[in-house]
Amino acid sequence: MEKFTTHTGRAVPLRRSNVDTDQIIPAHWLKKVTRSGFEDGLFEAWRKDESFILNQPERRGASVLVAGPEFGTGSSREHAVWALQNYGFQAVISSRFADIFRGNSLKNGLLTVVLPQQTVERLWALTEADPNAEITVDLEAREVRAEGVTASFELDENARWRLLNGLDDISITLRNADDIAAFETTRPTFKPRTQPVS
Amino acid sequence: MGRTLAEKVWNDHVVRRAEGEPDLLYIDLHLLHEVTSPQAFDGLRLAGRPVRRTDLTIATEDHNTPTLDIDKPIADPVSKVQLETLRRNAAEFGVRIHSLGDVEQGVVHVVGPQLGLTQPGMTVVCGDSHTSTHGAFGALAFGIGTSQVEHVLATQTLPLAPFRTMAITVEGELPDGVTAKDLILAIITRIGTGGGQGYVLEYRGSAIRALSMEARMTVCNMSIEAGARAGMIAPDATTFDYLQGRPHAPQGEDWDAAVAYWQTLATDEDAVFDAEIFIDATELTPFVTWGTNPGQGAPLGASVPDPASFADPQERTAAENALAYMGLTAGTPLREVPVDAVFVGSCTNGRIEDLRAAAAILDGRRVAEGVRMLVVPGSVRVALQAVEEGLDKVFTAAGAEWRHAGCSMCLGMNPDQLAPGERCASTSNRNFEGRQGKGGRTHLVSPQVAAATAVLGHLAAPSDLTVNRAAGTAALEV
Ligand code: SF4
Repeated sequence: MEKFTTHTGRAVPLRRSNVDTDQIIPAHWLKKVTRSGFEDGLFEAWRKDESFILNQPERRGASVLVAGPEFGTGSSREHAVWALQNYGFQAVISSRFADIFRGNSLKNGLLTVVLPQQTVERLWALTEADPNAEITVDLEAREVRAEGVTASFELDENARWRLLNGLDDISITLRNADDIAAFETTRPTFKPRTQPVS
Repeated sequence: MGRTLAEKVWNDHVVRRAEGEPDLLYIDLHLLHEVTSPQAFDGLRLAGRPVRRTDLTIATEDHNTPTLDIDKPIADPVSKVQLETLRRNAAEFGVRIHSLGDVEQGVVHVVGPQLGLTQPGMTVVCGDSHTSTHGAFGALAFGIGTSQVEHVLATQTLPLAPFRTMAITVEGELPDGVTAKDLILAIITRIGTGGGQGYVLEYRGSAIRALSMEARMTVCNMSIEAGARAGMIAPDATTFDYLQGRPHAPQGEDWDAAVAYWQTLATDEDAVFDAEIFIDATELTPFVTWGTNPGQGAPLGASVPDPASFADPQERTAAENALAYMGLTAGTPLREVPVDAVFVGSCTNGRIEDLRAAAAILDGRRVAEGVRMLVVPGSVRVALQAVEEGLDKVFTAAGAEWRHAGCSMCLGMNPDQLAPGERCASTSNRNFEGRQGKGGRTHLVSPQVAAATAVLGHLAAPSDLTVNRAAGTAALEV
């Protein structure tokens, strides 16, 4: 997992609330056997409409999604986070995220930032008026900055520490690799191994 | 204070314990299949991580595999990709795999025990909820999600939240014709599909000790249907006899050391469970489900319940919905419910004893007109054994279809599926809406009830059959 310290990028204002995970990535994409390549499935139904904001040329390369409240509700699929990341989003801002989605996002290195709806509205106004307007999400300072906007946000210390250091669940466990190796030396010899026996 | 079987196994696997953190547990055996492993391997690849212990990992193909024409290319493109991906991942990461056509291939929860890889006191995981099957050996075995599969592949450990323990004590002798399947269906109906939530169940008592290893697996297999994290049975002489001589069972001095350890695992007499349930085995009868979750069951001699009879409003609504989906009317005797299909197989009841039980009933009889019966061995080894005993001939002579090993009609992921509205008596473990195919209706039953149902064309017990056997065959052995 990549470290997340601070990120500055252009934004996609998504004026919709209750965006559920089936809208983020429809169920038929779940048949895929990889963890990457979900970018084309992101908001698939909406992208069939040419006027959808993600289809506008000036939004290409944007990396901060500013969404309405209750983002990520519905089924617990982790694919929703992968789709956003595969597309190129580094951070999502909303006034409220569904719990499981939030947990999945932070575990996978996608920073989800909770800001008051008023601030979200100001970010929408700014980035709708100027597609080149940039938003900075500063995890070290726990602050979102844009032209005329400076807003601090909360994030629990453990999640922040993991993101700042780029630690996923596995790397956290592997910090205790010595304990694992020590345990392995104590395993009885009668425990089975899977190599074929002749 | 004494400790329970589950607590002993847990404690013996703690790699790291720290205040405010979940225990980090070592995993002795990791089983893989094609559906839940691809993204886990891809995650390893993206992070540049190897599989830590390929020697504690084994893969088999089961969910997507066809049970007919297995030498032909796989027709369904999604199934094909999943199977090919597993083969590629196994080759790339050095994991042992048993593919379609291999003599050790079969449903993952049938293959592990028959190879002797599942042993008492182990921790066993698989990206599959019916991993609880392996608890029959006194192993702590549970299903995990894909990101946990990746975690185990990379570290051979899992951080796990603590569990509570529940004793399910079954005393007395099971009456004739009443099987482990009837017992577990009755238990789930009693405690409900959420009754085991947060618990590791321990099945105990004289009725459990009297069960064969395969019957114990049937019981533990369905622990998950009661919502439990896992189900376990203390290892005893039955367990050791089953294991001795299997390909991966310990040998010589190792065997003696292993048995000495295994004998220490049983729950201490002064151990305390967080919850306890008592069941009188002598009161049990063949049991079937009438609804769309495994907790909606009743004795075969009963009738389809009236939803109004449920005091709990949620249960009442669930029953109403279930009857509508199942096309059943309250008050209909269950014995009068006709079926279109019968499925004998799955990791619940696809072992040799199950096939023997079904064959004993079908021997000299015919599957009823208009009923389609599929018999699907849980593994290639089970199939070979059945052929050696001539069971396949009994099935085909009776008009049933004898298939290749796999999950088959347990779930609608391969070609074996129910058509919308079709009704099936199935020895599998889940009667959810659409589980056996879109619109399909499932009644969970034992292999014995499945076979009797196939002959009579409606839900039935073997005892309903005694007068029906074709002339000149041996007496009914059930
Ligand atoms: S037989 Fe059924 S329950 Fe068992 S592993 Fe296969 S699909 Fe799952």
